[in-house]
Amino acid sequence: MRLIELPPPRGPLSERLFEALEGPPDTGLEAPAAVDSADPLADEDLQLALYVAYEIHYAGISGVEERWEWAPSLIGFRAELERPFEAAVAELVQPATAAELASVGAALQEIVAEDPGPPLSRYMETQGTLEQMHEHVIHRSAYQLKEADPHSWAIPRLSPVPKAALLEVQADEYGGGDAERMHSVLFAKTMTALGLDPAYGAYLEQLPALTLATVNLMSGFGLHRRRRGAIVGHLAAFEMTSSIPNRRYGNALRRLGCGPEATHFYDEHVEADAVHENIAAWDLAGGLAADEPEVAADILFGARALLQLEARWATHLMDSWDRGESSLRQPAAVPA
Amino acid sequence: MVDPNADQSRPVTITPYPDGPYLVRGDFVVTDQEGNELPTARRTIALCRCGKSRIRPFCDGTHKLIGFKAPSGTEPWPCD
Repeated sequence: MRLIELPPPRGPLSERLFEALEGPPDTGLEAPAAVDSADPLADEDLQLALYVAYEIHYAGISGVEERWEWAPSLIGFRAELERPFEAAVAELVQPATAAELASVGAALQEIVAEDPGPPLSRYMETQGTLEQMHEHVIHRSAYQLKEADPHSWAIPRLSPVPKAALLEVQADEYGGGDAERMHSVLFAKTMTALGLDPAYGAYLEQLPALTLATVNLMSGFGLHRRRRGAIVGHLAAFEMTSSIPNRRYGNALRRLGCGPEATHFYDEHVEADAVHENIAAWDLAGGLAADEPEVAADILFGARALLQLEARWATHLMDSWDRGESSLRQPAAVPA
Repeated sequence: MVDPNADQSRPVTITPYPDGPYLVRGDFVVTDQEGNELPTARRTIALCRCGKSRIRPFCDGTHKLIGFKAPSGTEPWPCD
């Protein structure tokens, strides 16, 4: 069973939430007054509180009663965190044009071709250090140890054509019937090979707000049916920006002397996502837009939101390393 | 256990995706010229259509780097 520990709070919001969660469900949790954050994406307190509020849907939390998951006070509290987060994401995303809405599959190709992010995977391939690769893996563990799960929330909400496409992708993400091939399991093996702790949630305390925001984005899209377009667009853009960077990360590890047990996750994604990206863009996103034209704009919103948040996150990593600093909240404790 | 590949009534389908690879679905086998089976781990595979993949005959997404363009349907002929 997945079980995480509550990390230390990072401010008044996470403090209030974690204190309440340690008590009986639905008592002692008052929703905050309108959350005023200058930069919600990088707000450590807001993103950690939101992350834990979502995490209770994916995992057990040590010392927290499971009935908290649907406690009205927790849902109300979460809504106050989602409001500024959603607004901050919306500010980064340009609206879709009529031409884009007319062909969502083609629009996605153009959107990912203009990826606003810095060349993180190229940097890692050619000059990243083993320590930086460890940091990269630790950041990514927040998602990769539950890879595919945030998008699976969309399954019951889709009509048959996009649903079949989503299942075609997800079945492969989950190992096609073989737990050992499940992508989250492959990632845990990579962590083990690198001497990192593969336990779910082990590094939560070290993850900065910008990393948590990349996961909160997909949890929020996935858990709200009204954002079914956005979670589909998020998956499509994720798959479409995966094959080539993953080849580079695999090459980075090979350059650093790591063996196949460390690179398998990345090498697997080169071939897998070259399949998935086509299904996700044309059959899933295109299929959903054909069935429900009213969510077409949100499909493209989800794609653009992913690219914007990934760009901000990647910039944080590269800027931290440029300054000679760790990109984590504390430098990772990794083997020599 | 139910074998998801047991339904033989569905023919193998090869679909060119716009500006992308051929996706192959169904009860297929990929072999080299001598008939040796090339291992494929997934139910749906993507075969390279741009010629530049580094894992040919499979697709690795390189078509996006080289601006490969091709329609999903049959290309009109003769070209003008």
